Amino acid sequence: MGIRVRCPAREPAVTALPTTSSTQQRDLRRLGTPKSVSARAFRERLIVACLAVAATFSILVTTTIVVVLAKETVGFFAFPDVTVGEFFGSTEWNPLLGAEKHFGIWPLISGTVLVTVIAGSFALPIGLIAALYLSEYASPRIRATLKPALEILAGIPTVVYGFFALTVITPALQKLSPAFGNYNAMSAGLATGIMILPIVCSLSEDSLRSVPRSLRDGAFALGGTRFDVSVKVVLPAALSGIVAAFLLAISRAIGETMIVALAAGGIAQITANPAAEVQTMTAYMVQIFLGDAPATGVEYKSSYAVAAMLFVMTFVLTMIGQAILRRFREEYD
Amino acid sequence: MATTRSTASRVFSDRAFLWTCLIATNVAVVVLAVLLVSIFWQGWGTLEWSFITNFASRKPAEAGIRAPLMGSIWVCTICGLVALPLGVGTAIFLEEFSRKSRFTRIVQTNIMNLAGVPSIVYGILGLTAFARMFGAFGTNTDEAITFGSEESFWYLRIPFGSSVLAGGLTLMLVILPVVIIATQEALRAVPSSLRSGAMALGATPWQTVWGITLPAAVPGIMTGAILAMSRAIGESAPLLVLGGLLFVLNTPENLMSDFAILPLQIYNWAGRPQDDFHLIAASAIIVQLAVLFLFNGIAVLIRQKLQKPLQY
Repeated sequence: MGIRVRCPAREPAVTALPTTSSTQQRDLRRLGTPKSVSARAFRERLIVACLAVAATFSILVTTTIVVVLAKETVGFFAFPDVTVGEFFGSTEWNPLLGAEKHFGIWPLISGTVLVTVIAGSFALPIGLIAALYLSEYASPRIRATLKPALEILAGIPTVVYGFFALTVITPALQKLSPAFGNYNAMSAGLATGIMILPIVCSLSEDSLRSVPRSLRDGAFALGGTRFDVSVKVVLPAALSGIVAAFLLAISRAIGETMIVALAAGGIAQITANPAAEVQTMTAYMVQIFLGDAPATGVEYKSSYAVAAMLFVMTFVLTMIGQAILRRFREEYD
Repeated sequence: MATTRSTASRVFSDRAFLWTCLIATNVAVVVLAVLLVSIFWQGWGTLEWSFITNFASRKPAEAGIRAPLMGSIWVCTICGLVALPLGVGTAIFLEEFSRKSRFTRIVQTNIMNLAGVPSIVYGILGLTAFARMFGAFGTNTDEAITFGSEESFWYLRIPFGSSVLAGGLTLMLVILPVVIIATQEALRAVPSSLRSGAMALGATPWQTVWGITLPAAVPGIMTGAILAMSRAIGESAPLLVLGGLLFVLNTPENLMSDFAILPLQIYNWAGRPQDDFHLIAASAIIVQLAVLFLFNGIAVLIRQKLQKPLQY
């Protein structure tokens, strides 16, 4: 486009590209503006350098998270009444009340795991089956109505799910059984399950749909029913993506904050009873940051140690998910 | 298959599975319906125009969401203005300019990790890095370094404290991975023949990106950006770490103003024992969901209007 030839005799032929819009023509003309080669090369380098800086920013973020959490956690363990052995060995977490403070992380981890297990056992099977339905069974028209419903669920703020747990799920559970208190793990777990359901479903569906059509056709040709094809052929082929989706959803459930802060309660205890009140790691952090604990005190610093623990847990889950995606991806091209 | 089964039993299992599928899928739809109906049931009665224009109050009947609504708008605007250029820039670098080097692989894995970090951890990062600036400038806000006058909207104070600017930057950290991943997917969907064509005409790499690839990817980027922003509007845990639950009685005036945000106001009201506060929490949720559906609606419209097949 650098050279434009004027040829009056053949005017109609020169106004070629009649389909391109005026904006496209302007873009193309600007691209061809003659400029010194060195100026252009300089501009290129400058822009690429700026983009590289932007890309480095994300590494800076991770590094800062790790450094801040590590530094404050070390500060926490430097307090005389805290030891690493107690943190990982004791089963009592009682930093705020009573004469003697206890910092054993296990009650908080137990609360987190209980809520996550309830959420997972609700969302993972339902999400996976719904994904199978959307990708293998549903007609385009049903897909066109169900996908937006799932997208809406995915966009609803977590505090709304917390409100829902508190005002709808908990009263419903109390109708079923008087064992459920005003705050319980079941209600928070179910709400968290609803929250991660769209993640499980849409990510699993993506990975099911990326299985090539030829595999399905082959299985149908061998006489398989739709059930045989989807469960015995498509599902195994997409398994790495589905496991990665599950792990992502679980790490979301572990890190979920507002639902558990509203509906799970505030008693840190080791229990497997879904009707009991539990405190999760995130709920403890909310309690500290909302409370009036002095910023230099041992209680305040303990929230950083809990955050570091939380970061490590989700980090490990994400890394496992990534490794599974890389190692076990089936290539069918 | 090693086992031989009767056709009848195979057809039966097929049918049974179809019904399981239908039930599971309908659970999601029913849950969504129950959620929306219950919130409208509780909140519709107290939703009036004065609810939107009033400030917070200790009496539920007089309380309103003016300050949190304006706070949310300020924080999300700052968040979007920083996150979009930074995220799109990172994605362009990763997709268009970098070879498959060790550096890009580290950046890519790192972004995946950042996407999985709980948002409350970002709150701690924002508190340390933006609000307190690692304690490098002292902890007392009276001794802070200031730029500009308090009347101008760009009034700056270092460290930022729990201000609108610190809040927006913290939310930016949360949605940055979302923006990057969405933009990368949009760029990957642009056929490489377009790039080759531009290069063959003598365009430099950046000219190709700016003039050809980026315009073709705009619908995808816009959709991703809007979904990221709708996440930012609803995100409350990181800002809870940053500022706690502030009882704010004025709308933000400059970058250093204190602020409340809508989701935290909802959290505050929902956590109280009185039923009257639950009702106005539901009203606030209706406003929040209205904003959210507006955003999602725009995203869907853009997807339908702008997404033409990429063949010229």
